[in-house]
Amino acid sequence: MTDNIIQAPSTEGVDTVGRAAESPDVVQPWAQLGLKEEEYARIREILGRRPTSAELAMYSVMWSEHCSYKSSKVHLRRFGDLPAETPIGKQLAGIGENAGVVDIGQGWAVTFKIESHNHPSYIEPHQGAATGVGGIVRDIMAMGARPIAVMDPLRFGALDHPDTLRVLPGVVAGIGGYGNCLGLPNIGGEVVFDECYQGNPLVNALCVGALRHEDLHLAKATGVGNKVVLFGAKTGGDGIGGVSVLASETFDSAGPTKRPSVQVGDPFAEKVLIECCLDLYRAGVVEGIQDLGGAGLSCATSELASAGDGGMTIELDTVPLRDASLRPEEILMSESQERMMAVVAPDQLEEFLAITDRWDVEATVLGEVTDGTHLLISWHGETIVDVPPRSVAHDGPVYERPMQRPAYLDALQADSALGLTRPSTPAELREQLLQVLASPNICDKSWITDQYDRYVRGNTSLAMPDDAGVVRVDESTGLGVALSTDCNARFAQLDPYAGAQLALAEAYRNVATTGALPVAVSDCLNFGSPEDAGVMWQFSQAVDGIVDGCRAFGVPVTGGNVSFYNQTGATAIHPTPVLSVLGVLEDVARRTPSGWSTGGLYLFQLGATREEFDGSEWAGVVHDHLGGTPPRVDLAAERALADVLVQGARDGVLAAAHDLSQGGLAVALMEGVLRHGIGARISLSDNVFTDLFSESAARAVVAVAPEHADALASLCDEHGVEMSAIGVTAAEIDGLQIEGVDSMTLEELRRAHTDTLPAVFG
Amino acid sequence: MKIGVVTFPGSLDDHDSQRAIRLAGGKAVSLWHADADLHGVDAVVLPGGFSYGDYLRAGAIARFAPVMDKLVPAAQGGLPVLGICNGFQVLCESHLLPGALIRNDHRKFICTDQRLRVENDSTAWTGDFESGQEILIALKNGEGGYVADEATLDALEGEGRVAFRYLGANPNGSYRDIAGITNERGNVVGLMPHPEHCVESGFGPSTDGLAFFTSVLHSLVDA
Amino acid sequence: MGHVVIDVMLKPEILDPQGQAVAGALPRLGFGDFTDVRQGKRFVLAVDGPVTDTVLAQAREAADTLLSNPVIEDVVSVHALESDA
Repeated sequence: MTDNIIQAPSTEGVDTVGRAAESPDVVQPWAQLGLKEEEYARIREILGRRPTSAELAMYSVMWSEHCSYKSSKVHLRRFGDLPAETPIGKQLAGIGENAGVVDIGQGWAVTFKIESHNHPSYIEPHQGAATGVGGIVRDIMAMGARPIAVMDPLRFGALDHPDTLRVLPGVVAGIGGYGNCLGLPNIGGEVVFDECYQGNPLVNALCVGALRHEDLHLAKATGVGNKVVLFGAKTGGDGIGGVSVLASETFDSAGPTKRPSVQVGDPFAEKVLIECCLDLYRAGVVEGIQDLGGAGLSCATSELASAGDGGMTIELDTVPLRDASLRPEEILMSESQERMMAVVAPDQLEEFLAITDRWDVEATVLGEVTDGTHLLISWHGETIVDVPPRSVAHDGPVYERPMQRPAYLDALQADSALGLTRPSTPAELREQLLQVLASPNICDKSWITDQYDRYVRGNTSLAMPDDAGVVRVDESTGLGVALSTDCNARFAQLDPYAGAQLALAEAYRNVATTGALPVAVSDCLNFGSPEDAGVMWQFSQAVDGIVDGCRAFGVPVTGGNVSFYNQTGATAIHPTPVLSVLGVLEDVARRTPSGWSTGGLYLFQLGATREEFDGSEWAGVVHDHLGGTPPRVDLAAERALADVLVQGARDGVLAAAHDLSQGGLAVALMEGVLRHGIGARISLSDNVFTDLFSESAARAVVAVAPEHADALASLCDEHGVEMSAIGVTAAEIDGLQIEGVDSMTLEELRRAHTDTLPAVFG
Repeated sequence: MKIGVVTFPGSLDDHDSQRAIRLAGGKAVSLWHADADLHGVDAVVLPGGFSYGDYLRAGAIARFAPVMDKLVPAAQGGLPVLGICNGFQVLCESHLLPGALIRNDHRKFICTDQRLRVENDSTAWTGDFESGQEILIALKNGEGGYVADEATLDALEGEGRVAFRYLGANPNGSYRDIAGITNERGNVVGLMPHPEHCVESGFGPSTDGLAFFTSVLHSLVDA
Repeated sequence: MGHVVIDVMLKPEILDPQGQAVAGALPRLGFGDFTDVRQGKRFVLAVDGPVTDTVLAQAREAADTLLSNPVIEDVVSVHALESDA
């Protein structure tokens, strides 16, 4: 039981600013902390002396790739060239804030952001994924918003790989356990299996929040004399990992025990924190607010100070600790979850503390905003940090990493899927349809999604497996938002520029199929090592693709996240730029669902089909093939299709709409039948195989009541969208009947679709 | 008619229960866990969620909240009380209802659209249903397995106190497919599924949940 | 500084899904001699000073009222932690 014994903190051996000034030659573990020699030299230059070990801790973590975006910054700036306007209003906060905020009309704004928690989820799947949800939710809270929904794009290695069996159940239970307990509906996301993610699963998390325009809170510490308050959970040794090297450095005796790298989440504490924050906002007692995530107090104090008037003093020894043996460096670096930092006017402090008391949330005044230019942190009266906060938070190194188009790309692009053997009989076509339907990336995901609460808060209008999640924001008017996250990394591997645009186009299309007008983008760019010139080229190409795509769609990138180093040895993951698009519905009651629920409807395909099989699901599942060039990107056609879908929903023309993407028309039709068990009879061109399996972009399948067919035709005419009649829905048909393909009963479809994941996970 | 909805730290569906009460035509009153006062309400809903994180046992800590000091005797005296999911767990921990809820037999949280059969249409919360009626109600729980000893289960069956039963595959391992029960008097009802998520067309799997709330309003008028 | 340890187990007649999962996994790992597994909870309550009879009595009461649910669980042991001695 010795680990519970509280030791009195000591100042003995603490590296103070005075000591640092007197001992310039002390050897410091900058390399172990991930700093480069020239970065360490720059820190010494900024300070005019060697850093104290606490300062070194702050700089090393704030200048890490994860916090400083040092390899991606030069590319991400291109997002800033896009107009800060959406099709319906202003962008109220953009890149650089905790999350972007967009006007959705009627005095409402929405903030949304997507982030990665990839590596921690590989180490400890359950807690890694759970704290990923917790972190993104606090980002949204820090904007002054009430979080209203979450989504989770997930990518794992091959379904039959042992590591997938270890990682996936923990990740899913972690997301469910945390999100469900927070009371946030999970309304969508993705689950992708590909061997390129073995050892590097991608766990991305999106959160969306709603706020009135006047409630926007920005993270800045202004107002000399205002108090800096830390509130929420106590600080423990979570996520410190490598920094313990510093603490042992300053110990003459045996150093402290190695701290865990894993952070543990407490969703109940976060739920209470959400309600407490919203009460604080309502009471108007918060001048500035910042969540504590990566780099903990180092990040919160330096970012708040540098975005504000510049000066701040913090008494680090007043931080409430879960583990009293923590050294000051470790307290600064701790990534303990469920903590927030607020800037509070002195005359409002009493009311602030009364509200935190009501929620049983611990709150501590750590210091105040000053009229100085430095962030000063003391430990039992001794100054251990004295830095210009901007130099920590914003003026980190910026790298123009070398870029080089990968040498393998020519051969890969030359290896087209057009030469692959195609099914030639009705029986073969049927067999391959069912094979694709049962494949890991197309099969039913309810083993996963049924572990998430999609109903809590009672505003969920659409959730998985619909094309996009839809939630109501305002009960009195029905105003709401639609969200989709997408990325086909197989396409991005073949051509990162086109692949990123196709990911953007798919998310845009998915939002439009619900009838929502797409207005803004947040992205999570998951790539290999930036020190690999090929990866850096892929990254730059993807950014260019997104920027050009957003410009064509007239939507801004409001924020996002970059995750590098997703690679094992020399093998990087496929470039995976996950794009999330947010759309607005003036009345969610008019949204279009993905599946048809009655017979007697006409089915139409919107958009043109070409011979495009490179990177397709068919090529991957049937032939284990990836090569060639992705389907043609036609942003004007995407926009025209979206116009038809949005207007069609507004006019009440569409009974159902489903985008065509992975698996093409084949998968869209099978999913349509499976959704409510209503059969369909389909008749296509002479080239049934191409019609079914091509993955041409800018297409959707829609179901309309016969009396609305003319209205749809004139909409398509008006926007120049190709429309072809492909069949009807019919309650009396058991399953799917396609001319030229042996028919499939509902039961056969269902078995193929639903057996895959339970067979592996139980 | 005023119906109170208790908020414990960690309650999630209090907001939804209030909406359901309003849509049924009642007046929703928010009750705070630390406030030992029912504020003159005519009925109470204990909502779903994870009170106190459900870290000890679901509902175990909530049952000692100050508001429960008032609620337990009131319920024993006939005040209509509906416990939904976590609220059902609180009612069992408070011994207002027999038995207990344990971890789902498949050990996973489950969120699904669940078919139920109404077994008892004479409680305060089920009067607008017909016995034998099939309804579709959202179900979402991690600790939803209803358990009790054989004697208790036999007594519940014998006295017609099984209020709802799961149809189709049992979603959580509940003994005898029990989804909800009532006390002898019929004023206290607890169930795992969430009627408050099934009160509005276009949100949730059905509107079958609205009858829970109209039932209690009708029973109060008739009382 | 003393500690009281309280062990709580599900009653034998109550289904224990977690215990069953462990029981199912053991043979797969080569532990073939175990026929059943029941999983319980252990609480460790710290007190300033020694664990007296009064402290133990209080701990028993806490175990019966809050730390266990008598409908489904048994308090199988309440004792002072021996390593404190």
